[in-house]
Amino acid sequence: MDALELELTVPLRSFALELALAAGAETVALVGPSGAGKTTLLRAVAGLVRPARGRIACGGRVWFDGAGGVDLRVEERSVGFVFQEYALFPHLNVERNVAFGGARDGILARLGIAHLAKARPADLSGGERQRVALARALARGPEVLLLDEPMAALDPHTRGSVRAELHQLLRELELPVLLVTHDFEDACSLAERVGVLVDGRLLQLATPDELLAAPADAFVASFAGGNVLRGHVRGLTPDGALTEVTLADGTLVYSTDRRAAGEVALVVYPWAVSVAREAPADSALNHVRGEIGSLVTIGNRVRARVGPLTAEVTVASVERLGLRAGDRVVASFKATATRLL
Amino acid sequence: MRALAGLALAVALAFLIVPVAALFLRVPPGDLIAALGSGVFRDALVVSLKTSAIAHLAVLVVGTPAAYVLARRRFLGRGLVLTVIELPLVLPPAVAGIALLAAFGRYQLLGGTLSALGISVGFTQLAVILAVAFVESPFYLRGAVAAFEAVDGTLVDAARTLGAPPARVFFRVALPLAAGGLGAASALALARGLGEFGATIIFAGSLQGVTQTLPLAIYAQFEQDFDLALAIGALFVLLGAVLLLFLKLVPGWTRSSSSSPFRFAPSRSS
Repeated sequence: MDALELELTVPLRSFALELALAAGAETVALVGPSGAGKTTLLRAVAGLVRPARGRIACGGRVWFDGAGGVDLRVEERSVGFVFQEYALFPHLNVERNVAFGGARDGILARLGIAHLAKARPADLSGGERQRVALARALARGPEVLLLDEPMAALDPHTRGSVRAELHQLLRELELPVLLVTHDFEDACSLAERVGVLVDGRLLQLATPDELLAAPADAFVASFAGGNVLRGHVRGLTPDGALTEVTLADGTLVYSTDRRAAGEVALVVYPWAVSVAREAPADSALNHVRGEIGSLVTIGNRVRARVGPLTAEVTVASVERLGLRAGDRVVASFKATATRLL
Repeated sequence: MRALAGLALAVALAFLIVPVAALFLRVPPGDLIAALGSGVFRDALVVSLKTSAIAHLAVLVVGTPAAYVLARRRFLGRGLVLTVIELPLVLPPAVAGIALLAAFGRYQLLGGTLSALGISVGFTQLAVILAVAFVESPFYLRGAVAAFEAVDGTLVDAARTLGAPPARVFFRVALPLAAGGLGAASALALARGLGEFGATIIFAGSLQGVTQTLPLAIYAQFEQDFDLALAIGALFVLLGAVLLLFLKLVPGWTRSSSSSPFRFAPSRSS
């Protein structure tokens, strides 16, 4: 039996949050743009928002059942809620914040904040605040942990290390964890399963690998960071192995995904696209010519915008080719690296 | 333009300071101390302190939870409730006095019920307490609603998700976080209550040792013993100054950039 089961409808301003989800002792991340209903979902599980209909059960106990007239109050639900800005009580020190909901021996030490016991929240760094909020949420021994944008309030330079620590902690918890974020990368690095939530609906719920390999639709693909190129199918190659797709600008590209006809969205991830001065004589069948719109260096990788495509290449190759914004180049990718949706 | 504005400020300051200064210039310090020994003053001081303390305590005990509910809940008619609360602010004190008399007087609306219970209100200390509570309560309620509204709702939510029942949320989170604003509102209401005159003299009369508060004593004395009246006035100024200083000096109580402790933030109505 899954530890957390929910199926609910919550009317929002311009659409309704409508979703069903079951989670065992695992981390499920819901990722989507702002206003998709992510926070509302967490608030509904905690009892801070009342669904119009549906059912929420946790650990074999029904928390909400619209038809059965069950609606446990917030304080009766065994949740640990980590709010977006952490919502630490500013008038209480770390120790008292953590003890507010219940005392659990060693929780401060376990989260590495024992030395901060007497400090006030205002004096802590973002990462420390997150750990205090986690300690406070876990101190009462909840049956489900809810994390609302746990990384959003952090400085960019601490994100990486905090994310690694959080991932480690979540794996050790053996609790159902529901995490919402607008950042696909955060979602994939923290959760076993990732759901893409748009306008109140779950477009796809799968492991991070499955989401990348087989996105359910163009939105999921672009949210996962993929290039989505619109075009229409011209037909199959004579040997029947490849689909020929004419893009909006007339460029012909090939995909190993077979499709007979119709409008399609061709997906290719930036790390499968290479950039060169001339079309390379390798196995890449697809070539899109264009000017480099921008070059953005992230660590040892460079994201280059070429026409409709984003390519992710190494700093070394950019330096070797002497690429500059405005240069005319060819962006190439293999037919096997594409997906037709 | 700047010279004109400077002049306007000087005129305003002079207008406010001259009467207060005159009070102290007219009363030699010796007379001030002598006034402290007079029976009229002592009786009035006791009546004032006793009635103000009881009225203020009642306003705090009833008003604080009421303001919390008004700040947290959105319900139909909330705007109307907030307006009704402010009504005593715009009523002339004499009207408040006559209205209280109409409600609690011996042969009036509730007077019969009260006298059947053996409670007589008119012209007793209970009447003073009612009059003081009536005029000072909107000062406290307005400020208290604004103070609770300024508490981050997420912190209240967080307390609830940590298993805190409503009373614990109120006492451990909302109350301490609103303390600054509540303190300011409380001091303002207390000052207003101590200075209450119009409603009291109509509803409670001015019996020395029973219903004669300090402001009523000034009124009663200014024809018989003008110096005593002045001395009581001077003591009031000192008391007011102490209250203001208290508000400005207690750290954290005036957290915003505004240097006035009396922040009457407009309440959001539903």
